[in-house]
Amino acid sequence: MTLIEKVVLEANDVERTLRRIAHEIVEKNPDAADLAIVGIHTGGVYLAERLTAMIGGLIGSQPPSGEIDISFYRDDIGTRGSDYQPVVHSTRLDFPLAGRTIVLVDDVLFTGRTVRAAIEALFDYGRPARIQLAVLCDRGHRELPIRPDYVGKNLPTSRSEQVSVRLKETDGEDGVAILSPVEGTE
Amino acid sequence: MRHLLSIDDLDQERIEGLLDRAESFAEVSKRDIKKVPALRGRTVVTLFYEASTRTSSSFELAAKRLSADVVSVKASGSSVEKGESLKDTVETLSAYDPAAIVIRHPQAGAAQMLSQWVDAAVVNAGDGMHQHPSQALLDLFALRQRIGSVEGRKIWIVGDVLHSRVARSNIQAFSMMGAEVTIAGPPTLIPRGIESSGCQVRYSLDGIEEADVVYLLRMQRERMAESFVPSIREYARLFQVNSRRLNPRQLVMHPGPVNRGVEIGGDVIDSDRCLISDQVASGLAVRMAILFELLAHGDPRETDEGPVPIGEPA
Amino acid sequence: MNEVASSIPDDLDEMPAPRPLVQRPGPEATLLIREADLLDPAAGIEGKGDLLVEGGTISRIAEPGSIEAGPDVEVIEAEGLHVFPAFFDPHVHFRTPGQEYKEDLETGTRSAAAGGYAGVIAMANTAPPVSTPEQIEALRDRASHVASVPVGFTATVTRDMKGLELTDMAELRQAGAVGFTDDGLPIASPRILRRALQYQAMTGGRIALHEEDPELSGKGVMHEGAVSSELGVRGVPSISESTMIGRDSAIAGYEQGAIQVQHLSAVESIEQIRRAKADGVDITCEVTPHHLCLTDEAVRDLDASKHKMNPPLRTETDRQALIDALIDGTIDCIATDHAPHAIHEKEVPYEGANMGVTGLETAFSSVYTELVLPGRISLELLVEKLGCGGAPFGIEPFTLAEGSRANLCLVDLGAEWVVGEDGYESRSVNSWCAGEKLRSRVLVTVADGQVAFRLRTFSLGVA
Repeated sequence: MTLIEKVVLEANDVERTLRRIAHEIVEKNPDAADLAIVGIHTGGVYLAERLTAMIGGLIGSQPPSGEIDISFYRDDIGTRGSDYQPVVHSTRLDFPLAGRTIVLVDDVLFTGRTVRAAIEALFDYGRPARIQLAVLCDRGHRELPIRPDYVGKNLPTSRSEQVSVRLKETDGEDGVAILSPVEGTE
Repeated sequence: MRHLLSIDDLDQERIEGLLDRAESFAEVSKRDIKKVPALRGRTVVTLFYEASTRTSSSFELAAKRLSADVVSVKASGSSVEKGESLKDTVETLSAYDPAAIVIRHPQAGAAQMLSQWVDAAVVNAGDGMHQHPSQALLDLFALRQRIGSVEGRKIWIVGDVLHSRVARSNIQAFSMMGAEVTIAGPPTLIPRGIESSGCQVRYSLDGIEEADVVYLLRMQRERMAESFVPSIREYARLFQVNSRRLNPRQLVMHPGPVNRGVEIGGDVIDSDRCLISDQVASGLAVRMAILFELLAHGDPRETDEGPVPIGEPA
Repeated sequence: MNEVASSIPDDLDEMPAPRPLVQRPGPEATLLIREADLLDPAAGIEGKGDLLVEGGTISRIAEPGSIEAGPDVEVIEAEGLHVFPAFFDPHVHFRTPGQEYKEDLETGTRSAAAGGYAGVIAMANTAPPVSTPEQIEALRDRASHVASVPVGFTATVTRDMKGLELTDMAELRQAGAVGFTDDGLPIASPRILRRALQYQAMTGGRIALHEEDPELSGKGVMHEGAVSSELGVRGVPSISESTMIGRDSAIAGYEQGAIQVQHLSAVESIEQIRRAKADGVDITCEVTPHHLCLTDEAVRDLDASKHKMNPPLRTETDRQALIDALIDGTIDCIATDHAPHAIHEKEVPYEGANMGVTGLETAFSSVYTELVLPGRISLELLVEKLGCGGAPFGIEPFTLAEGSRANLCLVDLGAEWVVGEDGYESRSVNSWCAGEKLRSRVLVTVADGQVAFRLRTFSLGVA
């Protein structure tokens, strides 16, 4: 399959977008003491770390942060091909959830199944007061009634396209691109 | 990985992956809600031909904590003698449409045979004197939690290796993870040519001070009747591991149940260097990891939904 | 002179015994095998030729293409095919009486014929064991109705194989027993063996011995060695077999008796045989195809149906020693120890399964594929060693020589087949070659003048 890459967010776009989201989170949650930022493995973890630092810069102290692994909550366990290897991560939530406003962070929002799994997982750790969702990109094609509270960029895509997110923590530099298959090469 | 039948089907990478997965489950077990919905709707059957509350209840609880439905079938060893064939029992089990079958059987190769007849994933919970892979994995996990990697460590396995499936699995597992394995016991209880499995052989405990970990095997009184050892008293005098024989930094392990005063001194069991309770605690997390790894892959009968677009976690 | 005394010949060995082998009656074959490669090393026959069988006798051998077939003569175009003297197996288990669900005289002899055999000797460890003259007579009678290949029957050495008392060896011989064996079990008591050998001087009839020391074998179910240690399966040490052979050959030498050591498996045993033969003991011995081809490494799969038998498969050192001993003549013949068992007895976890594998249908092909093709042994040796198994029992090897009864097999050395793909002639399917691809296949077998077997695909002219 041959793919054509179209960059939709450059490195400084990503940083600027995250900053805007950080502002929005603070504006929407005046009672910042109740905030906690939780990244969904793998795409959301580093984004959550950056948001946490940015919010700390805005309000003077960093909210508690954590990461959540949803491998055990996915709805497609046992239905994927036998060459699928579940990748191991871990969940780290070092603070009680009760009374908190959890902002779940992920890089790309697509069908919504990942977020549903993350919500279910969170509830097995405790009962937060509310959950909000921040995503770097929303590419559409929702299959569940999940909506983001904070969106970096809306990316209309077709199902056959792929969204590639690069982060400086893992790939050396930030960027988001849409990969489209050349017709006839799928 | 379709089945877990024997340690020699695995390699270092696979084992590391399983132990990593077990750590996730150990974390789950510390929460208030100790269940995850991973195997909801799937059925796990445990088929135990030998009485064992420890291992069977460990597997049952592991399956339940993964939200699976559990059916426990206890066939007595005598039904094997009565000629009720394993194949017949398997036909009955298929009515439950199990996703996994955990089997303990008094004869070697039973789990392997079962895996050829069923679509379910098969976990060997002990077959004759052949293998007990989940025990070896939980032993490695308990060690990893305590001392990290076993690479380069000296592990002594002491006792009746000849009749021990735990020993056979552990010799392979410890060696695979880079440890130097020595087995020690009376010559009558050391299998001939076992060095080819990758271990050294000693007929006494001389030199045990070099061991980082001492792994003890149960000495059964029946061995005396079969003339493998002249008396339990003599065995204990020569091979009992107690605090006189060990220094404080040496760790002691035992698959249980222990024969206090025979292969292991009571003073050691109650000391901090004894990992027995860690081993038991590890069993649950490791068995959850095993079941998850075997069942998280596709049921080959189901159709694949197609390639997953990037942007959705793999 | 009283009647009893006058009816006893001076030399009992010369008492006319009934014909040793029994077959059902059937039409005498008349056929012309054209342009085949004929091979009978003992008769000095080697090379392309036409072979004519008339009325069950080999009437002519001539230059290829030179014999005109008369009317009513079946012609077999055999260019590229081989003709050998038919094989003889002195060690098969036909499970009759009492265990016919595994095999009977009809299926067993069909199985033999499919392997190129024109004669077999059946063991006596049946249910009940063959210990009385009446049983021998009944078996011979049954064979005369259903056996497609001549069968000889052994009787047990001890009553019901209990190892305590001798059977009526003389009467058994008179009834037609071709020899004696407690095979399945060793004769544990040296005293009983000695008595049997003493008595044998009067009755004749070789005593075939299953050699193992029960105390050393214990509960072993495979070779005791590195593989059994790794698998955690109880093993049988080689010395169980070799020490028993040492003991029994000494007794046989002392009593000047005649013994056949069955199914050799170990290098130590071969050494015992060599020593005994050098000492002039009348000791003959056999080896199975599976012991020539496999080792205990095969048992790693814990497939009892293919790899569990007694004596067990041993190491590569043992296997090579067995092959060498076959070549140098220490081992007298190849015998399959054809041991059929039902599926429910074999498809169980290894330690609980019955011991034994079938072997008649694959004997030639397996050894040809594993040893002749790679050049380890010659085709001549294989044909000879498969053919001479009856000699210790007074049955001369079959021959292709003109004027002799037709006992021959037609073999395609180039054929490839997967064992078990088309089923088996045997009632049982526990073949040690199940699922294996072999080279060479028996196409036609003529046994004592009758066509006993035709491979269906060959006789229909299908490729």
